[in-house]
Amino acid sequence: MFTITKNARNLSFGLMIIGVTALILGFVNDAHSAWPSLLFNTYFFLGISVFAVFFIALQYVAEASWSIVLKRVPEAIISFLPISGIIMLIIMVTAVMHFGGNHIYHWMADGIMDKFLLDDLGNQILDEKGNPILNPGYDKIIAGKAAFLDTTFFLIRSVIYILGWVYFGRKLKQLSLNEDKHGGLENYNKGFRTSAWFMVFFAITSSIASWDWIMSIDTHWFSTLFGWYVFSEWAVIGFVSILLITLYLKRLGYLESVNESHIHDLGKYVFAFSLVWTYMWFSQFMLIWYSNIPEEVAYFTARLEVENYKFLFWFRVAINFLFPIILLMSRDAKRNNSRLIFVCIVILIGHWLNSYLLVTPGVLNKEGHIGFTEIGMGLGFFGLFIYVVFNALTKAPLETKNHPFLDESKHLHT
Amino acid sequence: MIRKTVYGIFDDEDVLLNSVKEIKSNNIDIKEVYTPFPVHGLDKALGLKETRMAIAAFVYGCLGITFAGLMIYNIMIIDWPMNIGGKPNFTFYHNVPSFVPVMFECTVLFAAHLMSITYLIKCGLFPGAKSENPDPRTTDDKFLIEFEIEGSTKEVKDLLSKTGASEINEK
Repeated sequence: MFTITKNARNLSFGLMIIGVTALILGFVNDAHSAWPSLLFNTYFFLGISVFAVFFIALQYVAEASWSIVLKRVPEAIISFLPISGIIMLIIMVTAVMHFGGNHIYHWMADGIMDKFLLDDLGNQILDEKGNPILNPGYDKIIAGKAAFLDTTFFLIRSVIYILGWVYFGRKLKQLSLNEDKHGGLENYNKGFRTSAWFMVFFAITSSIASWDWIMSIDTHWFSTLFGWYVFSEWAVIGFVSILLITLYLKRLGYLESVNESHIHDLGKYVFAFSLVWTYMWFSQFMLIWYSNIPEEVAYFTARLEVENYKFLFWFRVAINFLFPIILLMSRDAKRNNSRLIFVCIVILIGHWLNSYLLVTPGVLNKEGHIGFTEIGMGLGFFGLFIYVVFNALTKAPLETKNHPFLDESKHLHT
Repeated sequence: MIRKTVYGIFDDEDVLLNSVKEIKSNNIDIKEVYTPFPVHGLDKALGLKETRMAIAAFVYGCLGITFAGLMIYNIMIIDWPMNIGGKPNFTFYHNVPSFVPVMFECTVLFAAHLMSITYLIKCGLFPGAKSENPDPRTTDDKFLIEFEIEGSTKEVKDLLSKTGASEINEK
């Protein structure tokens, strides 16, 4: 059984205090810029925790054996999913209600989809000749998306994603714990079927969630591969988190059956999905840059022509691509723990910057900058994350039992 | 002394692997092992040197990206600058995003093709090459260890039958 070290506990509490301070100061000083900061941090950590569900489901449907000895790690990460999900739902509800200065989503502004001015009862206001008056705040493009960007439908969708992910996450975790207790193939077969359903559910919801929560911030703009782009980012940060926690546990002397080959396999995933992310980013960027159509390219001019984001824009691509490809390419590098940890931390920061760039420029235009609010909230989330995940790790034995592929996993060598 | 060739044939890769380890620990040289599919851990058990194919692949990839960069620079910047959709066409670095697909594909093309060719050359698989496989069943479901022995073959044969060889042939 895993016990949290005193240092880790103190660190998590310290980080949470910083986070709460940043949260309070941010909302007291400037609520308008605190909301996007909260959103992108929630999005980042929600991505890590939902990817843990995907990871487990992927191992089931692929009938993969190598990861069985370390499956308690993603199972522990799942326990952060309800928390980040609830924070996400709070952000969405307050955005719809415009509560507390939450104006993240431009398309939720009152009357933006009404062509003519309306009174409080919803009737058209007429001028002296009896004609309706054109609404100066009317946005034709946003009004064209009214069927999808409807606040009620939007909230229902958000609740469905979160509830569905939490349901599947808990179910897969429960099946794994039952397997430890009772053995037999029943739990494994159930896990296989549940995972197959989750794959279908996640394929649809992860895409639509990324449109809802992130892409609809820049309402006029759209990208058809945005769902994959967000998924590839979740994959990178998800694998990085699983790898870092596994290495941490190994350093403390737990997870004895995890050998170099398991670490190597996780390293391969981090390397491969970093390249997938770069591929997605570049495919999105290059086509828009090349065609240079005003309504598409506006997304990139909002980031590239603004002094605050210009450097970050290239910097995050550079570190998310160059660090993994140069430092993790060779086989020995993926078996070198200190190099893995270094690269993982670098790309974790790189993807945190990426999620900042996904959200903030669309909400704050030229005023956004990385300050104490953004970094403090990020650290606070990180503290909460390690507190919750490490607590979850203490609840179940780290060594799994009775899985049909367990023995194969223990003898993994590549 | 006459050199004799001994073949030990196995039905299962785990038995084969154990046998190889046993034979190696008795300091007997194995000439070659033939298997229908790659057996994990066999290269370690045989004490083979690590392959340098990965380094070759890296070099070929670098060659590919350099070739593509120079080629596209020559075509699109020096020789015949073309105005495509108003994209900058007088400097390489301004236009580099549109060249990335070409450079990426050339990297893959060079790495893949040159690796295949290197592999074929290293294995001696030229057109018209004769098969060196002593027993065609190793392409189906049998595993074979080949020895070349001077003098008595008894020790090897005993060891093979002890470690579970299903068939032992001598030539």
